[in-house]
Amino acid sequence: MDSSSPRSRRIAPVVAMAAAVALTLAGCSSSSGGKKAEESADGASAGKASTPQMTVALVTHQSPGDTFWDIVRKGAEAAAAKDNVKLIYSADPNAGNQSNLVQNAIDQKVDGIAITLAKPDALKGVVAKAKAANIPVVGLNSGVSEWQKLGLMEFFGQDETVAGEALGKRLNEEGAKKAVCVIQEQGNIGLTQRCDGVKKTFSGTTEVLNVNGTDMPSVKSTITAKLTQDKSIDYVVTLGAPFALTAVQSASDAGSKAKIATFDLNKDLTGAISKGTIQFAVDQQPYLQGYLAIDSLWLYKNNGNYMGGGEAPVLTGPAFVDKTNVDKVAAFAAKGTR
Amino acid sequence: MSMTHHAEPAVTTPPASGPRKTDGRTAERPLALRVLARPEVGVFLGAVAVYVFFLITAPPVREAGSMANILYQSSTIGIMALPVALLMIGGEFDLSSGVAVITSALTASMLAYQLSMNVWVGVVVALAVSLAIGFFNGWMVMKTGLPSFLITLGTFLILQGVNLAVTKLVTTNVATDDISDMDGFDQAKKIFASSFDIGGVEVKITIFYWLAFAALATWVLLRTRYGNWIFAVGGNKESARAVGVPVNFTKISLFMLVGFGAWFIGMHQLFTFNTVQSGEGVGQELIYISAAVIGGCLLTGGAGSAIGPVFGAFMFGMVQQGIVYAGWNPDWFKAFLGVMLLGAVLINLWVSRTATRR
Repeated sequence: MDSSSPRSRRIAPVVAMAAAVALTLAGCSSSSGGKKAEESADGASAGKASTPQMTVALVTHQSPGDTFWDIVRKGAEAAAAKDNVKLIYSADPNAGNQSNLVQNAIDQKVDGIAITLAKPDALKGVVAKAKAANIPVVGLNSGVSEWQKLGLMEFFGQDETVAGEALGKRLNEEGAKKAVCVIQEQGNIGLTQRCDGVKKTFSGTTEVLNVNGTDMPSVKSTITAKLTQDKSIDYVVTLGAPFALTAVQSASDAGSKAKIATFDLNKDLTGAISKGTIQFAVDQQPYLQGYLAIDSLWLYKNNGNYMGGGEAPVLTGPAFVDKTNVDKVAAFAAKGTR
Repeated sequence: MSMTHHAEPAVTTPPASGPRKTDGRTAERPLALRVLARPEVGVFLGAVAVYVFFLITAPPVREAGSMANILYQSSTIGIMALPVALLMIGGEFDLSSGVAVITSALTASMLAYQLSMNVWVGVVVALAVSLAIGFFNGWMVMKTGLPSFLITLGTFLILQGVNLAVTKLVTTNVATDDISDMDGFDQAKKIFASSFDIGGVEVKITIFYWLAFAALATWVLLRTRYGNWIFAVGGNKESARAVGVPVNFTKISLFMLVGFGAWFIGMHQLFTFNTVQSGEGVGQELIYISAAVIGGCLLTGGAGSAIGPVFGAFMFGMVQQGIVYAGWNPDWFKAFLGVMLLGAVLINLWVSRTATRR
């Protein structure tokens, strides 16, 4: 192929960049907001262990571009940096592919593996293989009822049903009568367990609403529609921070007085809690899950410790974040670690 | 297999009854049949059927506010379904259009935020990036002669990866930062994401853009030379080239039009929600394509209209929201959506077959 033609076509992005730079120089800079306004926050750092470097694989069922998993990974990276651990991170929402990634870690002869058990049956075989190869395996996030059956050493996370139950109790305290539980990914067991938990303890009525999580305008319209259809709904419970923020707009569009509560946090959400547009969030502390999973493998190798004694899971949630404590959390959420 | 077979009669009719009114075959047939033979009539009847169905079963649908919400949902699909439909009439399609929307929103948001610039700079650069992606798709398809399915499948994966990796690199998070307090935001929000109060009902601006774009696209398709080119390159590329139609220009520009649509919807999302999650948009391309197909655009190209996809998108919005307004068990949501849409396509097919039977 002729090389001159494609080269000339590549000019467009360059021109665009140049235009951007020129515009900046021409005084198009924003006087408010933006990166300049962002405070340079220090990351949590606790020095570095002098133990010999070990390699740990963290294999999750993360789907790409999800803010929650990003926080888990940051926790794992922080622990790895402190413990002189080389961290290999990989993820695939498809259980078969996740199992292959664990096999890949075994083949690399890592010193420890941390996995999520969203679909425990699919990972049974490969966990047994890791044990046969004398690689310690810990679990995190999902699989609180299965980790022992699979022979994992420790588990860090929250029991989704317990978290849902806690939120249901909180709704009783708030005096709610009718709640709608918004599921952004149909068929995800963890999300279903949360809504089931809410239903179990909430003394009012609960209804589930499925929305298409990859299309925000449709999430917004669907929640609006639900609030219009059923005027008696006084609480919207979402299962992820971005959806809570969208639900606020839906309630206003529908002219509904329904209040919003959610599972999981991010930095925009803490702002909404302090403003009072969102009432509270149940936080399972994903950073802690990632951090502890890696740190525990380091402790095991260097000191033979088991967290939870190998018998009980280490619970990282549910922790409530509301107007009373949001200020303490907000600074960490802004860094994307809480 | 049977689908292509049944669709055969419809292939020849629409262009014939469209721009060239003197075609002998249609002139002899009664007006009612000629109207029915138009590709958008089937979907129009399907849309009316779905609307009436929900009007009866879901009382909230009767309120004006609910209709505004349904139309809003339809417009966010419909604005993208229009260029996607034109591209399909031109014989190609684009699997990257769903994630391209997010690419555009991410570009605008991150550029403005990271360099602390007026958000309009981000908006303009995002337009350039979106048009460049469209150009790349079109240019690759024309240069290599490979099916657009393969080329845009590649772009789809590239953009999906780039969206995530670049966002993470730049912001150290997988979502962009909130830009709602930056200069130019309020102004851009007015243009891309505002709403009007019409008789006490809040109506979103995207609905007006949607209808205006549809009117413009209809005019272009039926009244301009460029419109003829689109039908020609979709019908038979080689004979179109032989009669002097600039095939490369037409096809590449159609891909760029999809890029423009992605930019527009991307800006709407950015200025509605203030931040963008990098993993969104996957799967939306199929919804745009479905809306176009339901709207009477053939997967084989050469036939279709701009008004058909408007009804196609309306049906999506109507069914998706109608189920919720009716208060039905949401577990059945997707299955019901599928059944309704399949029903609509069958009505569409039946109408066009009946109308073209001689």
